[in-house]
Amino acid sequence: MKLGLEVIDFSVEYGAVRAIQDLSLHVVPGELVAVIGSNGSGKSTLIRALSGLIAPSHGSASWNGISILGKKPEELVRQGIVHISEGKSVIPELTVAENLALGGLWRRDKLDVAIATQESLAIFPVLASRLGQRADSLSGGERQMLAIARALISRPQLLLLDEPSLGLAPLIIEQIFLAISHLQSQFGLTVLLVEQNAMSALKIADRGLILNLGRLIKTGTPAELLADSQLRAAYLGF
Amino acid sequence: MFIDTLLIGISSGAIYSLMALALVLVWRSTRVVNFAQSGQAVLSTYIGYEICLHTHNYWISLPLAIFAGAIVGSLVDLLFMRLLISRAKSGPIAEIAPVIATLGLLGLIQSFIGLVWGNTFQQYPSPLSGKGFTFGSHVIPFSPQNLFIVIASAAVLAIFGIIFKYTDLGLALRAASFQPEIAQLAGVRVSRVRNIGWAFAGAAGAVAGAVITPTSTLSPNSLDLLFVSGFIAAVIGGLDSLVGAVVGGLVLGIGFSFILQYIGGSVTFLVGFVILMVVLLIRPQGIFGHKVNRRA
Repeated sequence: MKLGLEVIDFSVEYGAVRAIQDLSLHVVPGELVAVIGSNGSGKSTLIRALSGLIAPSHGSASWNGISILGKKPEELVRQGIVHISEGKSVIPELTVAENLALGGLWRRDKLDVAIATQESLAIFPVLASRLGQRADSLSGGERQMLAIARALISRPQLLLLDEPSLGLAPLIIEQIFLAISHLQSQFGLTVLLVEQNAMSALKIADRGLILNLGRLIKTGTPAELLADSQLRAAYLGF
Repeated sequence: MFIDTLLIGISSGAIYSLMALALVLVWRSTRVVNFAQSGQAVLSTYIGYEICLHTHNYWISLPLAIFAGAIVGSLVDLLFMRLLISRAKSGPIAEIAPVIATLGLLGLIQSFIGLVWGNTFQQYPSPLSGKGFTFGSHVIPFSPQNLFIVIASAAVLAIFGIIFKYTDLGLALRAASFQPEIAQLAGVRVSRVRNIGWAFAGAAGAVAGAVITPTSTLSPNSLDLLFVSGFIAAVIGGLDSLVGAVVGGLVLGIGFSFILQYIGGSVTFLVGFVILMVVLLIRPQGIFGHKVNRRA
């Protein structure tokens, strides 16, 4: 048994299309791993299958030795695994405070929910001044912050982040990634970050995986991946 | 005369609001127009009637009928809807199959009631008088039972309003209805919360059935017309909005009452459908509805 997230021979199919093919990976506790790939590489599919939104056709996945397959997302949240989906990650019709409250709704320890809420607001102070506003009045970056803050209130151990940079301005992306890196170091969170924005993701990652057409083609430290000029030209886009 | 007509309108509008609320609760939780709602409501009313027959006490039968309505609502979701929706997941059939199935369920429930209680008219009496209040020598058509209808409906609407706005359950219900996937990812047990939505809808319909039936008779089809009015009210209100359901019900109830008084009974329903069509043509999302893209 390996601690952390262990995925073995993982395949996901949409009808006849294999979106993920025989993928294996291991993320050790406290590690921040970035999965880099272009559109259609299977990044989002991987995250959606790990969080229980879709079922894989083959393979196994476990968190700290306990299988996470066949469980619904709401059950995995209770196991400490929280998925922040791409783009639409907050409920626009609810206020900021209500979106935050959702993260702690299922938890019995209401005192710790209150503490976690204060901690989240300290990390993203802009949210504290917007508590009564509807989430659809927030900017894209603020929504992403709200989604991360909500996840933190669940006291997660493993964060599955799906393209947090999507549609955001470069300066905001930098802020968000700094916050993610801070969460890893301050709370010891394990993070699986799926990104198209290779440069920003590799800046904060301990390790990077390159995914192409559903297959894992390269693993290494950010320095190793960035040093490979062929890889950079073909997959990293800079 | 004007006040009399208005009071009667508010009384029937309150009942339409309850039925509309039941439809909105199901629509918000499962995106299905539940045509079986009148069947569910009439079934719980029969259960109340049966209890009243044995206990001779309307006030005991009323809460039990509401409870029965909640259970029936929950079971319709658990045993029927979930199975159906999981089987018809994609394609054009996924949108329409559950709605058609609720029509089938309506027939099933009404036939079942016919088998158990017969198709004759029954009386489910309330201890409150159906005779209008008297002011001096003037008798108004608004009776103590009408007053009770208004109070009971207002109480139910207020309770739901408080639950939705101020409780954890209400937040989970709203989150699950707006964005089920995000709610799930935040830890909300969406299918359980949906089931509570069905139970609430069943309870709201049961209140409507149990408070309106003493003013007329009970038969397997006795709430069908109420359902039609509730449906029109819900659509006018936007189908998605609890406030819309209440306003839609009241507008329709008061409108019908004035038409009945000043124009005649033969055109009331005609006017109801005309209002429905005008609203749909001018504002298809309803008066209180938001424009939303349909889910894929």
